[in-house]
Amino acid sequence: MTKNNVIDKTIKEKYQFGFVTNIDQDTIPPGLSEDVIRIISSKKNEPDWLLNWRLKAYRQWIKMEEPNWAKINYPKIDYDSISYYSAPKKKKKLKSLDEVDPEILRTYEKLGIPIEEQKMLAGVAVDAVFDSVSIGTTFKEELAKAGVIFCPFSEAVIKYPDLIKKYLGTVVPYSDNFFATLNSAVFSDGSFVYIPKGVRCPMELSTYFRINAMNTGQFERTLIVADEGSYVSYLEGCTAPMRDENQLHAAVVELVAMKDAEIKYSTVQNWYPGDEKGKGGIYNFVTKRGKCKGNRSKISWTQIETGSAVTWKYPSVILKGDNSVGEFHSVAVSNNMQQADTGTKMIHLGKNTKSTIISKGISAGKGQQTYRGEVRIMNNAAKSHNYSQCDSLLIGGKSGAHTFPYIDVRNNSSKTEHEATTSKIGEDQLFYCKQRGIKEEDAVSIIVSGFCKDVFKELPMEFAVEAQKLMEVTLEGSIG
Amino acid sequence: MMLSIKNLHVSVKKNKILKGLNLDIDEGELHVIMGRNGSGKSTLANVIAGQENYSIDKGRISYFNQNLLDMEVEERAAKGVFMSFQYPVEIPGINNAYFLRSALNSQNKFNNKNEINAPDFMKEYKKNMNHLDLDASFLSRSLNDGFSGGEKKRNEMLQMLMLKPRLCILDETDSGLDVDALSIISKSIQAMRNDKRSFVIITHYHRILEHLDADYVHILSDGEIVKTGDKNLAIDIEQKGFKTVLSS
Repeated sequence: MTKNNVIDKTIKEKYQFGFVTNIDQDTIPPGLSEDVIRIISSKKNEPDWLLNWRLKAYRQWIKMEEPNWAKINYPKIDYDSISYYSAPKKKKKLKSLDEVDPEILRTYEKLGIPIEEQKMLAGVAVDAVFDSVSIGTTFKEELAKAGVIFCPFSEAVIKYPDLIKKYLGTVVPYSDNFFATLNSAVFSDGSFVYIPKGVRCPMELSTYFRINAMNTGQFERTLIVADEGSYVSYLEGCTAPMRDENQLHAAVVELVAMKDAEIKYSTVQNWYPGDEKGKGGIYNFVTKRGKCKGNRSKISWTQIETGSAVTWKYPSVILKGDNSVGEFHSVAVSNNMQQADTGTKMIHLGKNTKSTIISKGISAGKGQQTYRGEVRIMNNAAKSHNYSQCDSLLIGGKSGAHTFPYIDVRNNSSKTEHEATTSKIGEDQLFYCKQRGIKEEDAVSIIVSGFCKDVFKELPMEFAVEAQKLMEVTLEGSIG
Repeated sequence: MMLSIKNLHVSVKKNKILKGLNLDIDEGELHVIMGRNGSGKSTLANVIAGQENYSIDKGRISYFNQNLLDMEVEERAAKGVFMSFQYPVEIPGINNAYFLRSALNSQNKFNNKNEINAPDFMKEYKKNMNHLDLDASFLSRSLNDGFSGGEKKRNEMLQMLMLKPRLCILDETDSGLDVDALSIISKSIQAMRNDKRSFVIITHYHRILEHLDADYVHILSDGEIVKTGDKNLAIDIEQKGFKTVLSS
């Protein structure tokens, strides 16, 4: 299993993916202006409407303030020191893998995911994003047979302009929030998925992201549209190289589920969290939102967040269609100096809509973990229901967990339930396991996986194995 | 000699609890330790098992002629030291059988033995569940999670039956059990007795002894074993109380 190779390689004490690939990068000098946006847009041969959309976002962004309500602390980001575009230089249009820069292929090999192998990987199509430009896309033919579109965002802009124009910004508007607006102005690339009416996507779709250019912010944009009665499961997982300077990541993911459609979006995120003192980790400010547009549609987010120095992320669902369903299953880990402020929003608009929130936060070392969730059931969303469960697990005496649930119900036929627990991996639990002959590190992993079980079972099988191992690696040595 | 405790002094946060305790246990013996609250009974059990909150100020414990105090907790377990907890901990999300199988395999690994395969394990697990009158829900429940007091104690016995330890220390396993449960537990202890396996049973009550043949009954008082006798000593205590027995 290719993905397991990645993990096997990860099971070493230090973060293993801290290498830098020397590739001639086509990089715009640091700083942001309308000119820079015009350069980005023209490098991608974008149509005028998209350039104008970016410019509108930029003009909005310069009027906005960086949010400071989250329970995270980080040095002020100097947006003028960031380079907003970087792409591996292309000598000509690539027809096959043989034409891909061998240095890039070697990077994949170091990661344990050579594309050759990925191609053979049964049932998983991989759209590999290397920095900002997608290099190789596989399994296209099989997907094309089913009528499924799965391609780099920039390619979709050229090939399927009508779809992009119809859906881009319909879930996360360009003016949504500071980071999403920045993304709208400068987004580099990402993935586009379209599942036609009545089609069950024949394989799990997966993307590897990798941040690899010095001082280059990463601004991915993903758009997934599931048309009436269709189904898709999308997997996202990432690694990034070790760095001394903090790297900003501000991605946007938009999901649209039409009538009777279902989208399952799973993430395993293990970006470089910084060293034990918190130096050098990724700043992850992500806007992820799905819209259950049609009746009986369903969107579920499952996330395993183990990486990044700072995580600011609230995958949300707007339940517009009647009888639609939104789910959020999350395991977030903060070890050493990591800070995570994460949660979800469930906005009930349609009648008889249901949402479920299962959030598991684990704090170790000096890690700080905040759950922030909002459940809003509007006047017309009669007979709607939300169930929220937020559990925190503390490891060691210096970590922290905080829970901020906001609940707003505006009709009297709806119901919400909220449960929250905070527990500590107790010395008594460890002693009990050890007294039965189980080693301490295995005991920690047993206790943690018990804690995470409700979320892990939502992951596709291969991801569940990976997530389990990732937890072990992340929490290695966190006791004692 | 299986276990030999010599002049053991133990304290917690400068509070002296054991003050020169001596105890020898040979293979196949069943020892009962009685004593008032705070006399040091649970401390003794925990120190043998390796709980780290205690400081060993003086003395030694040898186990099959090896220094027990030098061994890690899990090493002691793998070498056959088992403690039935007075308050078994709960671990949500971890299947009861899965936990026990992990423990068993981890001990097997330490002893260079093969892992037990799942079908064999389950067969024995179900057999022992029957002995202990545990219902089928024990197959799917999480470790002690939401168990009643009696269920927790029986689960400790289930683990003991499966792990087959050499030295079984039962820390107030009989506390809080109804008559039927007590009888079931006593029977499983009796069934496990053989000339290689020894028991240390810590209790407040003599009623567990009605079902068991104790070789020795010790009275622990103020950190020392002050009186040793047979089953009749336990009956004496039950009838007259510790104070009278100790002053006679």
